[in-house]
Amino acid sequence: MSALPAVLRRELAAYLVTPVAYVFIVIFLALAGAFTFYLGDFYSRGQADLAPFFSYLPWLFQVLVPAVAMRLWAEERRSGTLELLLTLPVGRGAAMFGKFLAAWAFIALALALTFPLWLTVNYLGHPDNGAILAAYCGSLLLAGALLAIGTGLSAATRSQVVAFILTEVVGLGYLLAGHRLVLGLVQGWLPPGVADALAGFSFISHYEAIARGVLNADDVAFFVLTIVCWLGAGVLLLELTETG
Amino acid sequence: MIEAENLSRRYGGMLAVDALNLCVRAGEVVGLLGPNGAGKTTSLRMLAGFLAPSGGRARIGGHDVERQPHAARCALGYLPEGAPSYGEMSVLGFLLFVARVRRLSGERRRSRLDAVIQQLELDDVLALPIETLSKGYRRRVGLAQAILHDPPALILDEPTDGLDPNQKRAARALIRGLARDRAILISTHLLEEVPTVCSRVAVIARGRLLADATPAELEQRSRYHGAVSFSARGAGPARAAISLLPGVDTVEVDPLNGRVTVFPKPGRPILAEVQGILAAQRVEVSEFALERGRLDDVFRSLTADPAEAA
Repeated sequence: MSALPAVLRRELAAYLVTPVAYVFIVIFLALAGAFTFYLGDFYSRGQADLAPFFSYLPWLFQVLVPAVAMRLWAEERRSGTLELLLTLPVGRGAAMFGKFLAAWAFIALALALTFPLWLTVNYLGHPDNGAILAAYCGSLLLAGALLAIGTGLSAATRSQVVAFILTEVVGLGYLLAGHRLVLGLVQGWLPPGVADALAGFSFISHYEAIARGVLNADDVAFFVLTIVCWLGAGVLLLELTETG
Repeated sequence: MIEAENLSRRYGGMLAVDALNLCVRAGEVVGLLGPNGAGKTTSLRMLAGFLAPSGGRARIGGHDVERQPHAARCALGYLPEGAPSYGEMSVLGFLLFVARVRRLSGERRRSRLDAVIQQLELDDVLALPIETLSKGYRRRVGLAQAILHDPPALILDEPTDGLDPNQKRAARALIRGLARDRAILISTHLLEEVPTVCSRVAVIARGRLLADATPAELEQRSRYHGAVSFSARGAGPARAAISLLPGVDTVEVDPLNGRVTVFPKPGRPILAEVQGILAAQRVEVSEFALERGRLDDVFRSLTADPAEAA
């Protein structure tokens, strides 16, 4: 596994030398600010917490995270470096995990750069900083799950656009799984057990449980398992589609 | 060191590589020669562990590529077709990445990096992003990457493609130098590369191995082997006399430049007899040569599609 840090380091450097990274960070921070202050009525709520920020964050991630993930494998396939990487002594799993960790670290950096919001609420009042920390952890886990979907699906194609769109669709499915609209639609004709199971896959309900300030083992395990499963699926996709 | 045993690969219904058997020992440079689409790259990809074979086995340094992928990969340096590399990285950054993945560290990493940078003359471009380099430089970066860990086995897919004649010569000298103590398998469609680099040639077409011989043995299979050719003015009567010699099979005249080529019957030396007739008839010869055999001729007859030839 000691080839993993080399892959991680290369991928992280690859983000930082391309404009994608800076475009992502600027757009992420601008939208996060806009959602929090305009849509979320940060000031007029009169409460010193970051609830407006964290409630819009999943949708922001849904739009932006697939853009971070799409190049991870699709670009290797398109440029032919896949053949180079997979014939180096790097296990497929290690390569997959290294790439994922690099992208995740990058998103963690973007998330950390929202710290002025945290400073603001602490200046304005006395928020529950433990709850805020839990919500940040939840956000990072949610972003990780979306990213794992994107990393796995990126392994299936040589087109970044295809990887992006597939990830948007699957991610949307996960986000909406627990939504009243979707549940209302399926509850009529699906057996109750299946509808409940579907609701159990909801990113939003697991995320909101953590964002309320409760870092529950079940919710954490759900995200970790989702990440592991999608990265595993990505390794399988790599092996299945290896036609050069 | 590099072994293929009944190695096969199917794409859908098409058999791209059909039970290939090949062994490259340390000290040898084997050239995999074949027309485009013959299955060269597919064979190399299976040996390098990028493509899973549909049947048969590949071994590098005694390690089964599928069952002991890590050990096989550590023993191998591989230049994939087109010499892919990460365009946004600098040459040095890319080589450092490969060194890290290959677990070279400390003094050994420094000395190996210095060695390949010097061998492939990459000093001037170390800090440049690879995507800004010429095709020749990119190919050399790919070669540097392949030999960085000083592997006992090397597989190079068209290592001199895109190099100019001087760089080609340098790359061939490098490959010959590397061959002293390791097994090297290269693919090429350049016939000129064969006698200058390879100690053995494996000719494949339509996925099948058609010949496995030294370049000299292949030349002997040419109908030009032992033939005598000359250019001369007014050689008509001499030509008639030559065609009557017992060892001579046919006499051909090139319609463009009038050069006469005398083909021997198999295994019959005719040089002295032809010279004798030319001297006796006092023919004014401007050029005279004994042919060793022509690889392009052998290559054509070996790889010609039987359906097309019929």
